[in-house]
Amino acid sequence: MSLHLILFLLFGAICVAGAVNLLVQRHPINSALSLIAVMAALAGEYLLLGAEFVAAIQVIVYAGAIMVLFVFVIMLLNAGEEEETKGSRVAILFGVPGVLTGAVLTGWVVLRHSGTEPVPIGALPGPPTEIAHLLFHDFLLPFEVTSVLVLIAIMGAVVLATKPEATERKAR
Amino acid sequence: MVPLSYYLLLGGFLFACGVIGFLIKRNIITIFMSIELMLNGVNLSFVAFAAHWHALAGQVFVFFVMVVAAAEAAVGLAIIIAVFRTRETLNVDQVNLLKL
Repeated sequence: MSLHLILFLLFGAICVAGAVNLLVQRHPINSALSLIAVMAALAGEYLLLGAEFVAAIQVIVYAGAIMVLFVFVIMLLNAGEEEETKGSRVAILFGVPGVLTGAVLTGWVVLRHSGTEPVPIGALPGPPTEIAHLLFHDFLLPFEVTSVLVLIAIMGAVVLATKPEATERKAR
Repeated sequence: MVPLSYYLLLGGFLFACGVIGFLIKRNIITIFMSIELMLNGVNLSFVAFAAHWHALAGQVFVFFVMVVAAAEAAVGLAIIIAVFRTRETLNVDQVNLLKL
């Protein structure tokens, strides 16, 4: 059992535990914290695959910026524990078996038919210079389109989150 | 040395957990976090395939997924705040009218 496999299993166990904890917890702040644990462990998996830059971005953008936004909103809205309703019981009754069947089928196909060649540690060093070359040369158009997308998202968030009375007063 | 299928199985498990959370959770914020979990599972598959096929483009796609996730989080959380302001609940079962 190589060190690589041990580290993979360690980070994978943290991922699995965090994902299951997200489902089990009833309070949104606990779910958010376990999601942060999942994202941090995934950054470790990216490091094992040799994608250092992606791992850094994962910690900074995902576990940092996006999850801080989530935690802010949870605290701002003072979200409490969710109550069990008729809809959630029906969803558990049909959703969980269906998804588990699909997951087992997918896992079987992956184990049976995918290439099982091992991925060596640091197989593909992803230095920022090469990623930048790809991003600003081969993927220049999608990159520019994402800038428009982010601009639209900023304006949409401002418009949606502003209080309606404030905009009405301004219109008059 | 870890087989590629292990990474794919972990990514698939995270995706399945996200789908289950999306279905069984009634809190709109937790449903939103389940979507983020699904995106993370897909990202892991992207990076694993990039390392397996020696194609750096897979890592670039992860950036685009992250940008879309960030934009989605910004707009979605603004919508959640607007919904909470008008209905004063976060339970999706009680949000069943297009217009109040």
